[in-house]
Amino acid sequence: MLNSVLTSKWTKLVVFAACLVPIAVLVWRGIHQDLTADPIAFITHTTGDWTIRFIVITLAITPLRKILHLPQLIRFRRMLGLFAFFYVCLHFTTWIWLDKGFVWSEMWKDVEKRRFITVGFTGFVLLIPLAITSTAGWIRRLGGKRWQMLHRLVYVTAVLGVIHYYWLVKSDVRKPLFYGLLVAILLAWRFATWLIGRRSRPTAGSVRREAPVTAETA
Amino acid sequence: MLIRRQPDLTYADVTPKGFYMGRRNFLLGLLATGAAVEAYKKLPGLVSAASIGSVPVKLDGVVKWPGSTTDTLTPIEKVTTYNNYYEFGTDKDDPAKNAKNFVTSPWTVSVEGEVAKPRKFTMDEILKLAPLEERIYRHRCVEAWSIVVPWIGYSFSTIAKLVQPTEKAKFVAFETYYDSRQMPLGSQAGIQLPYVEGLRLDEAMNPLALLCVGMYGETLPNQDGAPVRMVIPWKYGFKSIKSLVKIRFVKGQPPTTWNMYGGGTEYGFYSNVNPNVDHPRWSQASERRLGPGLGLFTKKIPTLMFNGYGDQVASMYNGMDLRKNF
Repeated sequence: MLNSVLTSKWTKLVVFAACLVPIAVLVWRGIHQDLTADPIAFITHTTGDWTIRFIVITLAITPLRKILHLPQLIRFRRMLGLFAFFYVCLHFTTWIWLDKGFVWSEMWKDVEKRRFITVGFTGFVLLIPLAITSTAGWIRRLGGKRWQMLHRLVYVTAVLGVIHYYWLVKSDVRKPLFYGLLVAILLAWRFATWLIGRRSRPTAGSVRREAPVTAETA
Repeated sequence: MLIRRQPDLTYADVTPKGFYMGRRNFLLGLLATGAAVEAYKKLPGLVSAASIGSVPVKLDGVVKWPGSTTDTLTPIEKVTTYNNYYEFGTDKDDPAKNAKNFVTSPWTVSVEGEVAKPRKFTMDEILKLAPLEERIYRHRCVEAWSIVVPWIGYSFSTIAKLVQPTEKAKFVAFETYYDSRQMPLGSQAGIQLPYVEGLRLDEAMNPLALLCVGMYGETLPNQDGAPVRMVIPWKYGFKSIKSLVKIRFVKGQPPTTWNMYGGGTEYGFYSNVNPNVDHPRWSQASERRLGPGLGLFTKKIPTLMFNGYGDQVASMYNGMDLRKNF
């Protein structure tokens, strides 16, 4: 039952629609003049919140599918990762367009001078190659191993995202700490499985440990 | 051998009926106390909102102050739903939700310290000390947004003159009300409470420094600092302390909440609006004016030195390096 739900193409469609709910709500509230007294700040914060949430959800896929023995979950990872990229693009566009009014010099000044913007911007830029190489064609061209190496950049972005949030708030750091904890757990799990894998691996390095990477499993 | 056992309990050990009844009464009493405590906790909700001062009421006899700005007013809905009042939560819309039942009546403000006539003022007295003026000020938040608000009140110097500061008084320390029962979110704010602020004596005596009791024709809404607050239009908003309970004239520069936070990383004592000195995390050169409508594509406006009140206040800082004393 669960298996058929997870492998159904309809489920993918439903997840896709669900990922669009935050932006739909934002547009709806915009139409109804309900974006708080400072709409630009509200849009910036909302799109930023959803970026870090989607990064956390994407990073949770691999641990969840291994712990719960649900390999089918991998079907959703690329889509979720691309939604993280979608929301960070909105976040960036809000800042550069609505906040900075496309004054690029102002933008560069901020990127150089303000460390929370520097790390946030870096995290955003690091996601661009991942979004570009998210297709099956790119996985083939790069080769599974190299592709996987490249896509580990998302760990860096996740950490930078949390730092960006932490440095940005004035005094109430509960929310950034919450996301920081989630990211820490997800990365710690990867580190732990890597350590265990290394120890239990036979001494000869010739044994192939992982199945070849394909668009679906990558 | 027969062992005669003494009975463990004699009649004398029987608990007297009075005690035993006492226990029952004690339990009843305990229940009643619990109920009373619960009722006390709910008190703000049980008592009618008007009698505890929770709903703004119209202020009569307000005269228009001639110095008001002609900038477009920020709609009242924005000024009452976009607040920094960490005692009621750190999100901008928290105070409007969480300060609804804040009890602001009865209220007294204690004026003390280096003064000849220390005194406690009731709200009724404060409302009648001087004619109420409507003053439309620009209000610039340190977070680079600004609003235009028709405040109601009179110069702080009115109250100062009544208590007669002595020669020793060089600064004024202000303190906000704090009650963890009414402000349970205060403990999560990340700043030390009660909130404290301060001004140099001459700053406090500047006619622009407003002791404020209302806005938009009515008494102050809770989330905007009811029932009485300060408004210092040439300084960043956090200097305009809300829900005042204590005013203390002092010899030395008093500590302020945001100075103490993070080892002074946020702002200095003066915190004058200054487009040339950036916040550690953002530029103060321009600001987003919160006006009518969504304003998504409204351009930011340049921030003015002393928020545009230089003519009235700049002379107080002659010879001071405002980059150092930010």
